[in-house]
Amino acid sequence: MGLTDWLLALHVLAAFSWVAALVVYTVVIVAGWRLTVPSDVVRMFRVSRVGDALIAVGMLGTIIFGIWLALDVDGYQLWDGWIITALVLWLVAGALGGREGKVYNAARDRAVALVNEGRDAPSPELGAMLRSQRGVVFHGLMVVVTLAILVVMIYKPGA
Amino acid sequence: MLAAIRPDDWNFPLLLHVLGASILLGALIAAATTQLFAWGRRAPTDVVPYARLSFRTLFFVAIPAWFLMRLAAEWIADKEGLTDLDEEPTWLGIGYITAEGGGILLLISVILAGIGARRLSRSNGERGEILVRIATVLAVLLVIAYVIATWAMAGKPD
Repeated sequence: MGLTDWLLALHVLAAFSWVAALVVYTVVIVAGWRLTVPSDVVRMFRVSRVGDALIAVGMLGTIIFGIWLALDVDGYQLWDGWIITALVLWLVAGALGGREGKVYNAARDRAVALVNEGRDAPSPELGAMLRSQRGVVFHGLMVVVTLAILVVMIYKPGA
Repeated sequence: MLAAIRPDDWNFPLLLHVLGASILLGALIAAATTQLFAWGRRAPTDVVPYARLSFRTLFFVAIPAWFLMRLAAEWIADKEGLTDLDEEPTWLGIGYITAEGGGILLLISVILAGIGARRLSRSNGERGEILVRIATVLAVLLVIAYVIATWAMAGKPD
C-alpha cells in the first residue's frame, strides 16, 4: 500500500468513526427519551462518552486526511467544487454538533447535579430536557448533513 | 481520479454499502460499550438496563445495517464484475470473510444478548450474566474485524 492508499483508508476509517458516533448518540437519545430518574439518565450518558471520542476522531480524521489526500492525488484540487462543498458541510456539521452537544450536556449536567444532591426521584424537568425539540432538530440536521457529505464524497459532483 | 474511473451507476450501491457498514460499526460499538459497562457492575439496576439496551441496539440497528451492507455489497460487486473472478484480490477476500463470518457471529451475539438480558431482567440480575459476557466478547471481536475490513476495503492492499 502506498501513501495515497493509506490516506484513503484512514480518511474512510475516520468517516466511519463519525457515522458510528451518530449511531451511538442516536441510541442514547432514543434510550433516554422516556427517562426521568436522574441516576438512569447519568447511566445512559456514560455511553455517550464513547460517541464523544468517536466524533472527535471522525471530524479531525476526515478533515486532516481529506485535505492531505486532496493535496496528494494529482486529479484533485482543494478548490474543486465537490471538495469545497464537503468542507462547508464539515463546518456546518461542526456548528450543529456543538449546539446539539450543549442541549444534551445541559441535561446530563442537571442529572449529575440532582444525583449529587441526593435527589434521585423522577424529575419532569429532566425528562423535558431529554425530550428537547431543539436537541432532536440539531441531531436530525447533523444526520442529514453527514449523509450529504457522504453523498458528495461518493458521487464527487463535477469531478 | 477514483471518481473518473468509477461509472456513475456504481455510486448508489456503493453509498448504500458504505452507509450500511458504517451504521453497523456504530451499532456494534454502542452495543459493545453498553455490554462492557454492564460487565463492570454488580447492581441489577445498572446491569439490566445496559444489557437490555445492548440487545435492542444489536437487534434493531446492527441486524438491519448488516443486511443493508451485505446486499449492497453484492449489488456493487455484481456491477464491478467481482463476483466471477478466478482469483479474488485480498481486500475482497477480507470483505467476504468479515461480512459473512461476521454475520453469523452477529446473529449469535444478538441471540445470546437477548436471552441474557431477559434472564437478568427476570432474575433481578442473578442469572444470564455469562450469556451477556459472551455476547460482549463477540461484539468486541466484531468491532475489531469490521475496522480491519473497512481498512482493507478502503486501502485495498494487494
